[in-house]
Amino acid sequence: MSVDLNWLTIHAAHELLAKKKISSVELTQACLDNIQKVDGKVKAIVTGTLDTALKQARQADEVIVRGAATPLTGIPALMKDVLCTKGIRTTASSKMLENFVPPYDAAVIEKLNASGMVLVGKANLDEFAMGSSTENSAFFTTHNPYDLERVPGGSSGGSAAGVAAGEAIFSLGSDTGGSIRQPAGFCNVVGFKPTYGRVSRYGLIAFASSLDQIGPFTRDVMDCALVMNVIAGHDKRDATSVPEPVPDYTVNLNGNIKGMKIGIPKEYFVEGMQPEVDTAIKQAIRQLEALGAKVDWGVSLPSTRLALAVYYIIAPSEASANLARYDGSKYGSAYLNTDSMWEGMEKTKQFGFGPEVKRRIMLGTYALSSGYYDAYYLKAQKVRTLIRREFDAAFEKYDALVTPTSPTVPFKIGEKANNPLAMYLSDVCTLPINIAGIPGISIPAGFSNGLPIGIQIIGKPFAEETIFRIGHAYEQITDWHTRRPKL
Amino acid sequence: MKLSREEVIHIAALARLGMTEAEIEKAREQLSNILENFEVLKDVDTANVPPTAQSINLVNVLRDDVPQPSLPPEAVLANAPDREGDLFKLRAVLE
Repeated sequence: MSVDLNWLTIHAAHELLAKKKISSVELTQACLDNIQKVDGKVKAIVTGTLDTALKQARQADEVIVRGAATPLTGIPALMKDVLCTKGIRTTASSKMLENFVPPYDAAVIEKLNASGMVLVGKANLDEFAMGSSTENSAFFTTHNPYDLERVPGGSSGGSAAGVAAGEAIFSLGSDTGGSIRQPAGFCNVVGFKPTYGRVSRYGLIAFASSLDQIGPFTRDVMDCALVMNVIAGHDKRDATSVPEPVPDYTVNLNGNIKGMKIGIPKEYFVEGMQPEVDTAIKQAIRQLEALGAKVDWGVSLPSTRLALAVYYIIAPSEASANLARYDGSKYGSAYLNTDSMWEGMEKTKQFGFGPEVKRRIMLGTYALSSGYYDAYYLKAQKVRTLIRREFDAAFEKYDALVTPTSPTVPFKIGEKANNPLAMYLSDVCTLPINIAGIPGISIPAGFSNGLPIGIQIIGKPFAEETIFRIGHAYEQITDWHTRRPKL
Repeated sequence: MKLSREEVIHIAALARLGMTEAEIEKAREQLSNILENFEVLKDVDTANVPPTAQSINLVNVLRDDVPQPSLPPEAVLANAPDREGDLFKLRAVLE
């Protein structure tokens, strides 16, 4: 084959596999060869799974020979290293879990394995998914494939950069405040956060349980729909997963968005936004208009300005509760060389967690502590209601909302490392969507000086199909998503 | 408003998080800065607004209490920092 197999989409690879023009072993080897070639520069992968990959590829080829291949059979993928993989080290990019080998698979891993996925590695992230750049990884920083001096975004930076660099055909990440969409925008790939409750989180290492969702990184919207077809659905092991029927997400990808009503909330074109991002997003919106969508440029969601504060109270509060489990007793790092149990627990956390994780534990513990609960956590939950109500009202008038994914192009490694607040602002366009629990997708929408820009399409709860349709239609008249980095 | 040293130490104790002197000082600065940005919520009228704990309409998801197979002890204990036989070994909670 003359094409570079590792750069195929899922649907193109599936067609070649099903027609037996290529084998999964060949496809997998192409990804493994490219990982060998570029991952020293990109550093997307914490743990490579070469042996597992080749074994799964051979098994997939047997299924394909039997004519029983489904769209993901034999397709190489990366999994964010917060998704538990049985017998394969799962670290959350933290010293705390550096040697943790899960005794079971996450629900999404079970589903992908059952559909014949080939796992090529576990992807780097900001420690415990807290961050916007992967600089908080306890192991190393992932580099943006489009400019190695810049961040890939985060927290799912390894999952985004890996797909963007041709190391895998797709990947999974998790998104608590933008951790899939922001790195997707920074790395010129499609990244999708489903509706809260759409995908089971059984086996996902928890960060903020009222916000976390798992979703895919892919090279186009069709691929995103194909992955969602496999991972979506109710799971009784996750009490927050919703027993709603799962449609075939590919069915309505017909390029027709005539008459669809799209709102542009002006608060998302924030102060400090880079002018080239503003230009690219407005150009993309005009292209949606040209496709026949009815665009209202004057939508207002006034509570948007409160979202950052709401998020940085709710997420750290829930994190402080979730991370209390890392006490050195049952698994993970433990500091045993102390006189008392309490001191051992304190030292375990002191040496096991990095600075951002500690910062959020402190912040959350403070917001939940006696005397401050009403002023912070409860207040944030009430404002959360206001934010959700504004979205609900907007969705009575519009089928979707469109915004930038992030106010800037990828920033330089180190640029914001000592300024937590500046880093938090990177997610200002994505975190209101988690607060409201609604679905959002980031799609490649242009470049500025070779650096990617993403556009975010936001939908009603469980209306994933609508935003896929808009994103897919946009891809039919643009070629941003087909660009590749020079590595 | 800057957090006092005592407040930071109190929060760290609640979180069972060990901290060095340098970390305590840094936490005072950074947490105070972040908390200042939360002041924006103070002026929002939420008098008759109920809190949202999560964004879906599920309440009290129940299931029958049916015994299920669980992981074998070896799998459960494989990651234990310290063990004795089939038990996790911890130091005394009460001394």
